[in-house]
Amino acid sequence: MAASDSIGAAIRAANAAGRPALVGFMTAGFPTRERFRADLAAVASACDVVEIGVPFSDPMADGTTIQRASFAALANGVTLPWILEELRAAGRSSAPVLLMSYLNPLLAYGLERLPRDAAAAGVSGFIVPDLPNEESAELDAALAGAGLALVQMVTPVTPPERLERLCRSARGFVYAVTMTGTTGKSTEVPDDVLAYMDRVRGAAAVPVCAGFGIRSREQVRRFAPHVDGVVVGSALVEALERGDDVRAFLGSLR
Amino acid sequence: MSTSPQRSAVPPAAYPDAKGRFGTFGGRYVPETLVAALDRLQQGVERHLHSADFQAEFRQELATWVGRPTALTRAGTLSRRWGAEVWLKREDLAHTGAHKINNAIGQTLLAKRLGAKRIIAETGAGQHGVASAAAAARLGMPCVVYMGAIDVERQAPNVGRMKLMGATVVPVTSGDQTLRAAIDEALRDWVSDPNGTYYSLGSAVGPHPYPYLVRELQSVIGQEARAQMLERAGGLPDVAVACVGGGSNAIGLFHPFLADDGVRLLGIEAGGRGPGLGDNAASLTFGTPGVLQGSYTLILQDAFGQVRETHSVSAGLDYSGVGPEHAYLHTSGRVTYESATDEEALDALTECAECEGILPAIETAHAFAGARRFARAHPGARILIGCSGRGDKDMPILQRTVLAERS
Repeated sequence: MAASDSIGAAIRAANAAGRPALVGFMTAGFPTRERFRADLAAVASACDVVEIGVPFSDPMADGTTIQRASFAALANGVTLPWILEELRAAGRSSAPVLLMSYLNPLLAYGLERLPRDAAAAGVSGFIVPDLPNEESAELDAALAGAGLALVQMVTPVTPPERLERLCRSARGFVYAVTMTGTTGKSTEVPDDVLAYMDRVRGAAAVPVCAGFGIRSREQVRRFAPHVDGVVVGSALVEALERGDDVRAFLGSLR
Repeated sequence: MSTSPQRSAVPPAAYPDAKGRFGTFGGRYVPETLVAALDRLQQGVERHLHSADFQAEFRQELATWVGRPTALTRAGTLSRRWGAEVWLKREDLAHTGAHKINNAIGQTLLAKRLGAKRIIAETGAGQHGVASAAAAARLGMPCVVYMGAIDVERQAPNVGRMKLMGATVVPVTSGDQTLRAAIDEALRDWVSDPNGTYYSLGSAVGPHPYPYLVRELQSVIGQEARAQMLERAGGLPDVAVACVGGGSNAIGLFHPFLADDGVRLLGIEAGGRGPGLGDNAASLTFGTPGVLQGSYTLILQDAFGQVRETHSVSAGLDYSGVGPEHAYLHTSGRVTYESATDEEALDALTECAECEGILPAIETAHAFAGARRFARAHPGARILIGCSGRGDKDMPILQRTVLAERS
């Protein structure tokens, strides 16, 4: 199985067990570099897919929590080579691992080296929040060559025809952003958002995961019949920052 | 005959291409949430910007509210001191005190036509913030300005001006707390309301179509200056000089001269304290290619692609990137880019003030420093300087620096 297919398989396995998949997001090297591998193991044991944030100096799509985590990780000296080295050293994760990175750190690493090195480190795919479909051909092709997925995001303001086109070409899973705005703002889940999730799922051949602002069991229950999984980001980063038992926290969401 | 100068065969209007590329630079690197909003903006630009109706309204505002055309001033004393023929394109005389108003009124007129409910803007030195606040007040729209907390402090007079014109000023305490952080925060605001909000970006940076839109609105500077030079000086300049931060006044001055092969173009970046990473804001001189805030351009970054903080005495030039068209003009060699240090800029500022009775903005003073260097290397040259803004806003810094040394 290509690494990119392991993502969908993990989500489908959770669905087969009668639950929405849980995608847990953590910023690499936050709150500390020393705890990274232990935190990763804990998150991987309680999630179906792990999304690891590569810190960036200009996180324009992120709200206050992930901005803070990103700046702190940079101050801790976290770099993409360090993250890949840590993942290689950590060995095979119990859940597929995705890297979430803005484009510039990937360009600086080099698109020739990146797919091979990421695959060798056990990474299954990438999410690049500032790389819209129109600009993604080069990275997409490079990653596909190493069997890695480039996860596509869609949003409530993505026009219908565009949404269908993006969903059709998606690999791994479709990341359906729940709202306009940045990560982390907790919101009610209005009916029109659920209808939008239904449209995304109707158009996508791969699983659909809802993300942005999901931090409660009530929200997860509202989304569950309409998606294949949910992404928990800022709330998990905050739990890791407090030193909470993340298995207990993630368990409480479903 | 000097009034019929040689024009290049390559029409610079061919750039950018349909994807917003100036050569390899430019493009549109934004979250999916903003793609539809940028598509709508691009359609609006295509439909309105060059329509007779929009242009008539824009030209009317420029003439009766902004105060255009701005003067072309012969700088007699500087000419004698430098051994050159020095002309100043006086954007400092435009309403609100800098070239920024050309773009702000143009974009706010466009926002109205696109049905936007509110205007947001970022600002560094405060000039685009003031211009946006003024344009929004003029056209009856609410306006929110994002401004780095450091800039709020060092450009205090402009904060008060924005508030007096009814704008809400939001100090940005994340990131580097200067212009770059202000743009990040404005983008976050826009992501939250991409349908009702119009983001009036103040420089020729960011995702397509902004670099193009801002260039088109600012090109009035170079169009006027070119005609005024032909009429007043009897010919085109040997060189046109402008300061470059994001690069909106420079592209506005340069673009109408791009096809004039005999006119050298010289952009002056902020050299700050020196060439080290973090000591300047000279992205073209010291930067490397990368993606920042929606555009592939030259940026000041470390080996891991992290964008570095910059230093300049001038808040308006204190930015880690530069407009993609400048990156293209730099690599193509059509425009020469150099830098001037904080010290050189402040020295040029006082020289201009004393010799010409014109107090330029500290940003603008970088262009004077570069022009003086050019004059020394090219005796007798006819030099056109983009006098992009006035220095009233800089009095707190000038009190602490130039004036403190005298007392």
